[in-house]
Amino acid sequence: MPATEVLTATEATPHRADPLLEVEDLAVEFRTRDGVVRAVDGVSYHVDAGETLAILGESGSGKSVGAQAVMGLIDSPPGYVTRGSIRYRGRELLELDEGGMQRIRGRHVAMVFQDALSSLNPVFTVGDQIAEMYRVHEGASRAEARRRAVEMMDRVHIPAAERRYGDYPHQFSGGMRQRIMIAMALSLGPDVLIADEPTTALDVTVQAQIMDLLAELQRDTTMALVLITHDLGVVADVADRIAVMYAGRVVEQGAVSALYERPAHPYTLGLIESIPRMDDERDELVPIPGAPPSLMRIPPGCSFHPRCPMAQDVCAEDDPPLYAVQPGRESACHFWEEVLTSHG
Amino acid sequence: MSDTRKDARTDRVDTREVESRGAARDQSGTAGGEPVGELSGRSASLWADAWRELRRDRIFLAAAAVVTVFVVMAIAPILFTRTDPRACDLSRSLGRPSADSWFGYDLLGCDYYSQVVHGARVSVSIGVLVTLAALVIALVLGSLAGYYGGLVDAVIARLTDVVFGLPFILGAIVILTVFENRGLFQVTLVLAVLGWTTMTRLMRSSVISVRDSDYVLAARALGTSDLRILTRHILPNAIAPVIVYATIYVGIVIAAEATLSFLGVGLQLPAISWGLMISDAQYRIAEAPHLLLFPGLFLSLTVLSFILMGDALRDALDPKLR
Amino acid sequence: MGRYTARRLLQLMPVFIGTTFLIFALVFAIPGDPIRALAGDRPISPSTVATLRDEYNLDDPLVIQYAKYMVGLVQGDFGKDYNGREVTDIMAQRFPVTIRLAVVAFLFEIAIGLVAGVVAALRRRSYLDTLVLVTTTAIVSVPTFVLGFSLQLLLGVKLSWFPIAGISQGWYSYLLPGFVLGALSLAYVARLTRTSLVENLRSDYVRTATAKGLSRRRVVGRHALRNSLIPVVTYLGIDLGALMGGAIVTEGIFNLPGIGQQVFLSVRAQEGPVVVGIVTALVLVFIFANLAVDLLYGVLDPRIRYE
Repeated sequence: MPATEVLTATEATPHRADPLLEVEDLAVEFRTRDGVVRAVDGVSYHVDAGETLAILGESGSGKSVGAQAVMGLIDSPPGYVTRGSIRYRGRELLELDEGGMQRIRGRHVAMVFQDALSSLNPVFTVGDQIAEMYRVHEGASRAEARRRAVEMMDRVHIPAAERRYGDYPHQFSGGMRQRIMIAMALSLGPDVLIADEPTTALDVTVQAQIMDLLAELQRDTTMALVLITHDLGVVADVADRIAVMYAGRVVEQGAVSALYERPAHPYTLGLIESIPRMDDERDELVPIPGAPPSLMRIPPGCSFHPRCPMAQDVCAEDDPPLYAVQPGRESACHFWEEVLTSHG
Repeated sequence: MSDTRKDARTDRVDTREVESRGAARDQSGTAGGEPVGELSGRSASLWADAWRELRRDRIFLAAAAVVTVFVVMAIAPILFTRTDPRACDLSRSLGRPSADSWFGYDLLGCDYYSQVVHGARVSVSIGVLVTLAALVIALVLGSLAGYYGGLVDAVIARLTDVVFGLPFILGAIVILTVFENRGLFQVTLVLAVLGWTTMTRLMRSSVISVRDSDYVLAARALGTSDLRILTRHILPNAIAPVIVYATIYVGIVIAAEATLSFLGVGLQLPAISWGLMISDAQYRIAEAPHLLLFPGLFLSLTVLSFILMGDALRDALDPKLR
Repeated sequence: MGRYTARRLLQLMPVFIGTTFLIFALVFAIPGDPIRALAGDRPISPSTVATLRDEYNLDDPLVIQYAKYMVGLVQGDFGKDYNGREVTDIMAQRFPVTIRLAVVAFLFEIAIGLVAGVVAALRRRSYLDTLVLVTTTAIVSVPTFVLGFSLQLLLGVKLSWFPIAGISQGWYSYLLPGFVLGALSLAYVARLTRTSLVENLRSDYVRTATAKGLSRRRVVGRHALRNSLIPVVTYLGIDLGALMGGAIVTEGIFNLPGIGQQVFLSVRAQEGPVVVGIVTALVLVFIFANLAVDLLYGVLDPRIRYE
């Protein structure tokens, strides 16, 4: 799908010189029997080497679909990338053929999925699945691949890695399985790691361990991390920047601290108010009323307006562009200034 | 025709499908949170949804139309032909199809179209009767085995294994030979006695899959009797896969009856049955291929329609595919 | 695994006894005196009758008859027919034909069924896929004897590509009957392979394999196919046992002197010992095929554990 030259409000933000991975005005739709699902509709973000970008959103906000599009994992039919651009080191990935994508995947851009149990092949040993990376991509000998796979298992802190090489995925605990996934993704030292809800299926304590592991592995390298999550709590500690997605779009984007302290979009504000915090001075949590819209029937105007406490008539009519709030900070709300000042 | 194999297959597939419900991907949008509501409402909406699917399914509609035609043909063949299938004239022996006689004449010079039309009665009634009988056995035994487990389950499982282990056609041949006179009743009885195993296994695994659901536990906690739990709560939710198989099974039984009649151990002359007609024709087929063609075609079409209906029903009842 | 095998064997014992007793009871309940039937219209001396009745334990209660039969069976004695021929001799003569037939049918199932299923799954919703779906549905709908006759008429009589009947042309004689016998399972193997592969192609681990940067060929051939074949292989295993019991019709149409034809003739002639002997052998084959499949399943799928 060739990229079309569509100028959006993102153009207003100054681009850095050479982002490692850059997604621009990406749109993905699924053509189902019941209608067209616009899962991603004009999403732009970028991530630099060594940086962690969190993509935050509820399920159905399009955050996972967008990530899969980067990896070229959208099954078509029914899924289609209808416009936009995905550039890795300035190279357009959407123009690559299947062979070209194969050279990018795993080696340059790797991905970790949510459910490690179903994402690992049940009939191969975990060791073989990691070693396959070295065998296929680097033509390593069986013994060499094995040695390096064990090394990777060590690096993600799997106890008795040598002995557990020959075990099958179902013989591991959830956290250990996710470590295997991470070991596999990082085996070739990719520049970008996309982690799609890597901790959602895990216990809270294990969640923290996995996040620590990701942070630790990133610290020693210049790897960029794109962390997709619905959990604002997970984001705060590890991310440098956040892109908040709603109904297939980025509604707010900016540095973690700024966005946390002074959200510029009512949805972000709602998310922050709906999570418990240790230093909480509020008496009660305020959930966002309503539910995200069906992606087949996205409301006209601002897609958040039916749930928005600050909505006015204009919100039902005009779709807000991404306003540049500050350098590197954007919000898709007509009243971003009010939101910014209303809070703190 | 080996129906044991068909049996084996359905059984395998079913367990496999139950085991491998893959994790749904993120795109599904609305995840979880399905209320544990009133159960009759749950199963009712399942069937209502399925019906809405089926009404849009052209293959199902076509198959249902063909089945309807054959059922009407079985009940009132007179609507299709006024010629007496037994009014024969030897001078017309093996006459080819013509404008006078669309399907030609058989060895004795009887009108073949009339014969084929009248043959529907045997096939459809045996197909439906055997399936109903097997279904009743399967619902009772399968529910008991699945719900109570333990010893009841073990006994029923071994009984099922014993009958299942008997090669189907072989068993039918041996039993049917015992009868001096074989009519509709004997053939139905034998096929039902041999044919309940797969449905029972299906029912058992289906009952097990709903046995521990919240609404059943809730009913039990409220002190509802086992019988009421089984009939009101478990049966409506567990029956779908069995109904699907039963629909297909009508076709399998019709094929089995024809096979047995063909082998000379099913219905006996002067009954009119597609299997008997083909059996009767088997040494004349080279000179009069229409004797094989028309009963074979009707037979296959009937079997096909039931299989297609069952397939469509399965797809409609399986929310995973929607 | 040894313990599991032992337990399964133990479980299969009652099935074996139940099934064989059932068939035993049925066969010997056939009305009419087999000795009289054997003699036909010839006069037969009472002493001969007594000798024969004694030899076949016909005066014992059914359970005792069965027990005596089983004792013999364990020692490899399947009994004699009413002409004094060893049933084992009859089987030794007939079984090779049926085994050859089943093997040909089995090869058709793998060669055509498996390939058609894989192709249909990889080209889902294409013309080829539709072709496979339509063909397999049609094959399943046509009863074996109708298919057998039609192909015999068309390919044997009209076109003379294949021998019409008999086994005089060696393996070539088995091609057409083998296809007819295997047709139903062939269609089923194709559909099962397709369904299974389609489902696995959508699975998360296939997505992972793609994300690893593996070639499509490797993703499909190594990751998806390996999992998809588990149900297919188990089905094929069971089917190999079931094919032999299902060969009656095919052997009848193509006049193959196999086990099915023999059992059919023996039922007609009320040759009880032969019927029981052959059915017992078939039940044994079926049971061991099932056991083998159970064990194979564990080899193919590491998630299955034998307790």
